[in-house]
Amino acid sequence: MQLSKTWKTISLCLATGIMATAPAVAEPLKVAFVYLGPRGDGGWTQQHDMGRLGLEKAMGDKIKTTFVENVPETADSERVFRQLAADGNKLIFATSFGYMEPLQKVAKLFPDVKFEHVNGFKTAANIVVYEPRFEEGFYLIGTLAGQMTKSNTLGFIGSFPIPSVIRNIDSMTLGAQAVNPKVQTKAIWVNTWYDPGKERQAADTLIAEGADNVAQNTDSPASIQAAEEKGTYAFSIDADMSSFGKKAQLSGTTEDWSGYYIAETKKVLDGSWTGNRHTRWGIKEGMVVMAPLNPAIPPAAVKVFEDKKAALIAGTLNPFAGPIKDNTGKEMVAAGATMPEATFNSLNWYVAGIDGSVPK
Amino acid sequence: MNPLVPMIASTVVAATPLIYAALGETVVERSGVLNLGIEGMMLIGAVAGFAATRASGSDTVGFIAAAGAGVALSLVFGFLTINLQTNQVATGLALTLFGIGLSAFVGHNLAGLPVARLAPITIPGLTAIPVVGDLLFHYDIMVYLSVALYLGVLWFLTRSRAGLTLRAIGESPAVAHAIGKPVVGTRYLAVMFGGATAGIAGAYLSLVQTPMWVEGMSAGKGWIALALVVFGTWKPTRVVIGAYLFGGVTQFQLFAQGFGLPIPTEFLSMLPYAATVIVLVIICRDPKTILLNQPASLGHSFHSAA
Repeated sequence: MQLSKTWKTISLCLATGIMATAPAVAEPLKVAFVYLGPRGDGGWTQQHDMGRLGLEKAMGDKIKTTFVENVPETADSERVFRQLAADGNKLIFATSFGYMEPLQKVAKLFPDVKFEHVNGFKTAANIVVYEPRFEEGFYLIGTLAGQMTKSNTLGFIGSFPIPSVIRNIDSMTLGAQAVNPKVQTKAIWVNTWYDPGKERQAADTLIAEGADNVAQNTDSPASIQAAEEKGTYAFSIDADMSSFGKKAQLSGTTEDWSGYYIAETKKVLDGSWTGNRHTRWGIKEGMVVMAPLNPAIPPAAVKVFEDKKAALIAGTLNPFAGPIKDNTGKEMVAAGATMPEATFNSLNWYVAGIDGSVPK
Repeated sequence: MNPLVPMIASTVVAATPLIYAALGETVVERSGVLNLGIEGMMLIGAVAGFAATRASGSDTVGFIAAAGAGVALSLVFGFLTINLQTNQVATGLALTLFGIGLSAFVGHNLAGLPVARLAPITIPGLTAIPVVGDLLFHYDIMVYLSVALYLGVLWFLTRSRAGLTLRAIGESPAVAHAIGKPVVGTRYLAVMFGGATAGIAGAYLSLVQTPMWVEGMSAGKGWIALALVVFGTWKPTRVVIGAYLFGGVTQFQLFAQGFGLPIPTEFLSMLPYAATVIVLVIICRDPKTILLNQPASLGHSFHSAA
């Protein structure tokens, strides 16, 4: 694995070297995007790149976008940010959580460059954070899974047991319990974001252990394929993965970043951009988009799903509204209260109905 | 259904690509050549197999194309290390980097496309037997071919004259050359064999295990295959046992999690690697085991004038 990093470093040096020699154009606003994976990853990075293309389409020749792909979350990213800033990019989107510390350093050196960091929690005068309300998408996944399950057992393939992922398994379970109180969720952590073979094994394992609806927080469509073969259901993440399992994929959460990218770029252009902000957009703002529903879902279940979705948009439904107990029976959110968003980044407990305990 | 059955079945599917890649590398290393490019050849095999199967609709064509692509890449390695006598370690690493990049480039338009999974075979009468049928007679053809490959490699290395020549070349190419054995030709054939099996291993990932193409989908399995060769002290039987052990421990940890065993997942994820390290330590405790089994000329270039 070290090797692929070395390779990326080499290609980065080449890429940044080429960029440095490009002539600086003064008129259009230069906007840069830094990607963790390749644009063709069929998931997370692909969605960000579609956001970039949407921005280009909307803003025309008022802006000029650049991107660097395959940037590891290491000191390498610091060099990339520095190079992009030095090259005259005035607005830089850092599209992975792990760029947080390098970004802090570079932002101090370039106070006139505006940085946008996805899913992080450290803001500054020229750094803002943006984040989709993933929990809304997973709550709706739970709504479907809770109605479609016959075994009353849901599965979840987790990447790393970090608060933002635990939040998804919790809200999926809460969404399912709201329509089917008997639901139990089994979680398997694979400790990787991306390993199709391992994700496949995890999905096979969950299905063998009785989970007939499997959702995931990992990046490949392997679990959709597993469900397609076994005749069970699964949910995609980041992108629509139904081409890997037309019968199996019930829906999924995807992201549409273009609206946010356009809004932020407009703010920079008219001078209203300010730092130290934390933006969370969900279903309502169109940043979290549900993948198309499988025609196999009965109309009554679709109706429940659409009602919940409408309630999320109207703001009358909060996935983390009390009373919520953790899976040891301790009350975590009182009836009538909702979980404060400030605690989202320290969420480390399973709601009642999830087997096992959060890996510590 | 008894959860043990799918667990064992998954183990076999997880171990099969490792068996192909590691058996090929065993033969290559036995001839005295160290090819660290397995990961690259697997990825090229994966993308070639996927593309060929999509174009032709035939898995057979896919696996042949994958083997061909692996051979093509291994010939680059062979030319550099055998003819030009470049450093084998550096060349092998370069081959992996090249394979990662080339497969991503070639496969750019293949990401996100589906292909039908190679179906398990059904043996009338046998597959229907409860438990035993599921355990032994319900895999795809490549699993059975991997067993045949193991028996073939075992026979070749220990029972055939050509295998004896190959091992002699691995121990001392100068002596083998002096008594008239074709060092260059044998090493070329060994490297090509390793390329073919690595290509097939890659195609097993993209056509059977997870029937799709995505960049870097081998996710380090080529390196594990390399470790298995040392783990098995260059003996095919131990290499195959190692592959099943590794696959089994990987699978066990997922099942353990699903059952909610109170063991930290980080610890469970570590198990397959920890098991490999422990076995390596046990093997290395007696330095003779390694010294006696490791081909003496492994990693050294050979020049007939030397």
